[in-house]
This record gives sequence, C-alpha cells and structure tokens, in this order.
Amino acid sequence: MNWSEFFAMGGYAVYVWSSYALAFVVIVGNVVLPLMQRKKVIARIKRAIRRDAILHDNSIAR
Amino acid sequence: MRKRSQRKLLVVGVLIGVIIATALGLKAFNQNLLYFYSPSQVKAGEAPAHHSFRVGGMVVKGSVKRDTKDLGVRFVVTDNAATVKIKYTGILPDLFREGQGIVAMGRINPDGTFVAEQVLAKHDEKYMPPEVAAALKAGKKLKAEQRKNGTI
Amino acid sequence: MWHWIQRFSSPKHFYVISAKLIPWFAVPTALLMIVGLYQGLFVAPPDYQQGESYRIMFVHVPAAWMSLFIYVVMAVSAGIGLIWQIKLADMVAVASAPIGASFTFLALVTGSLWGKPMWGTYWVWDARLTSELILLFLYFGYMALQSAIEDQRTADKASGLLAIVGVVNIPIIHYSVVWWNTLHQGATVTKFAKPSIDIHMLIPLLLMALAFQLFYFAVILVRTRNEVLYRERNRRWVRELIEQL
Repeated sequence: MNWSEFFAMGGYAVYVWSSYALAFVVIVGNVVLPLMQRKKVIARIKRAIRRDAILHDNSIAR
Repeated sequence: MRKRSQRKLLVVGVLIGVIIATALGLKAFNQNLLYFYSPSQVKAGEAPAHHSFRVGGMVVKGSVKRDTKDLGVRFVVTDNAATVKIKYTGILPDLFREGQGIVAMGRINPDGTFVAEQVLAKHDEKYMPPEVAAALKAGKKLKAEQRKNGTI
Repeated sequence: MWHWIQRFSSPKHFYVISAKLIPWFAVPTALLMIVGLYQGLFVAPPDYQQGESYRIMFVHVPAAWMSLFIYVVMAVSAGIGLIWQIKLADMVAVASAPIGASFTFLALVTGSLWGKPMWGTYWVWDARLTSELILLFLYFGYMALQSAIEDQRTADKASGLLAIVGVVNIPIIHYSVVWWNTLHQGATVTKFAKPSIDIHMLIPLLLMALAFQLFYFAVILVRTRNEVLYRERNRRWVRELIEQL
C-alpha cells in the first residue's frame, strides 16, 4: 500500500480530508466543551459555598 | 426592570427569527418542491416557457458531442419516454458521463434545444467496488446472450 | 412502576448511576471508531462511480442519522418534561441540543464537501438539503430560547414547545427524497429492502454509525450531569458532594 496514493484519495484529497478533519473537530469539541462546562459549574458552586459560609459566620458574630 | 424588558425583546426577536427562517425555508420548498422537470413534463409543456428551470434525466448513450474549440458540449437526456436536447458550455462535474443522471439549469430555445447555464450530476443510492460493477455487467451481458441463443 | 420511574428520574439518583455508566459508552465508542475508520479508509474498496470521494460517507451518513435521532430524543424528553413535569427529562432535552446541532452542522458541511466534486455544486435548494438546514435552525432556536429566558420553568416550557412542533420536520427530511424530485439520491440503507451497498462498504458505515450512537450516549450523560449540578446547586446533596471534591 502506497501512502502518498492513500493521502491523494484519487484526487479528492481536499474534500475527503477536510470532511474527516471537521468530523474530528466536532467529536473533540463534544468531549472538551462539556468537561469545561463541568469545571465551571463546580467552581461556581464552590464559590457559593464559601460565600454562604462567610454570611453564616457574620450572622453568628453579630 | 430594564433587564427584564431586554430579555422579553430577545425572546420576541428569537421567535421572529425562527418564523422568518421557517417561512424562507417553506418558500424555497414551494419554488423547488419539484427540484427539476422530467423530459416528458417538458414535452407536455408543463415547464415554464419564459424563465429558466431545471430539467433532469439520464444522458443518452452515444449522444455526447464535444466541441473541440471550447468547453462546449451537446447531449440528449431522457426519462425513457421523451428526450430533451441540451447545449452547455463550461466545466462538467466528475460524475457526468453517458448513462448517468444529470440535472441541468437553463431555458428552452425556440428551436427546442435546452441551453444550460449549469449542469449537475445526480448519483443513485448504489455503492459497490468497480470489480463488482464489472462482474454484474458481464453477468447481464451473458444472460442476454444466453436468452438470445435460447440456452436458458 | 410510577414509584420506580420517580425514583430513577430523581436527579440525585441519576447523578450517582450515570457516573458508573459513562465508561461503558466511552470505551466502546473509541474502539468502534478506530476499527470503523480503519475499515472505511483502508479496507473498503473504492466506488465504481465515485472513486475514493465516497469515503466522506463514513462521517456524513452517521452524522446525518444522529442529527435526526438526537432531535427525536430531545423532543420526546421535552414532551415528557412538559406533560409529567419530570425535571430530569427537561435536562436531557437541554443537554441534547448542542450535540444535535453539532452533528447537523457536520452532516451539512460534509455533504457540501461531497457535493462539490460529485454533483458539481456545494449547495442546492432541494428538499433534502433545505429540510436538513431547517433542522439546524430548530436546534439553534431551541438553544436561543433556553438561554434567553431567565426563569427555568418558563424556558423549559417555551423551548420544549418549539422542540415538539419541530418534530414535523423529521419525517419530511427522511421522505424528502421520495416525495419530491431532489438532487440528493434516495436511501441506501434505511429502507424496507436489502441495502444497495457492497458489504465491505456497509460494514464500516454501520461501525461508524454505532460509534456515533454510543458517543452521543456518553456525551449526553456528561452534559446532563452538568445540568443536574447547575439546577440543583442550592440543594444540600450537591453542596455536600462538591465539598468532598
């Protein structure tokens, strides 16, 4: 099997490989974006917990 | 309060956007519900006479004649009931070949020739390797010969 | 039965169970994609008419199938959320939209990249292509409604209604190639007849389709879990869980 022939895709390299490249981007994006979203949500809840703890302490001090 | 009215505006905007998008889509549907006319429909006078339309059919085997000077090409399309002569100048898609389905966009000349501005190739839903296609063709030919010779 | 449904559909219960389920979808997805790509790019023979260009099919067709499947999941979940007030169903619908939109986009662009060399054009306004583009707009409309309305219950109701109304588009997309003359060809696999495709091309196509399907299940679990955490952020079980992280 000849590699340059494989990458040439019978003259349709541009169309075939850009299709596969976009598919790769969509798949990776669908993995990365939700994981980033998860980090964000967790950070937000942690901030809320800390804020609530401070409010709670203040109300006790008063 | 300002924030809330802004949000309301956004929702209304989104709804209007969706409605416009759907309306545009449906309009495109209505214009192109039939993406192309068949040669029989053209012969029956169903195709518009004064503005351009699309005609679709199979390129008749042996009908393709190329102009050697430029990229001009003449061919005949059929739906096995009627035919339309087509004249086109330009680059043809890779799938354009005799026996293949095509869709041409253009208008009918007074002499009945369809002058195309664009030719698109239509392919069918069959996928197979070339060897299988060749074997199928050979098999068909063999069967036809056998039928002719009365061996079946 | 009802009791069981309510128990399973409690966000907390889902959150615990789904964590264990994700690897069971993620690992087979990766394996199927590797085998499917190998089969599609190296083993499958070229097509007798389209040569090597038809290999775009192995990403185009699964993406197009998923764009329809995910929409149906989204609309059914939204319907369950509307009628039976099951919060988890609304969260599944919300989590499905961006995945479905990305697959619709992928199907449209790869189809365009396939159309240019074969048909001779990137785009035509035929019934199949137009109805698939409307599907993308439906996904966008759903997501826009969700993010524009602050009150969560109103947002779920409004966007859920849009999702349900949009379901009419699904049979239109599938049967567009039968009902109207289109440039797009008819169905190869999804019909009540033997698939008109060589077995060596059908195998990678089905492998990739299954890989995309499992991929969606893995991603929907991750996204729905995020939605659960966000919507239940003031609940005690979420706070306790986050504090342990």
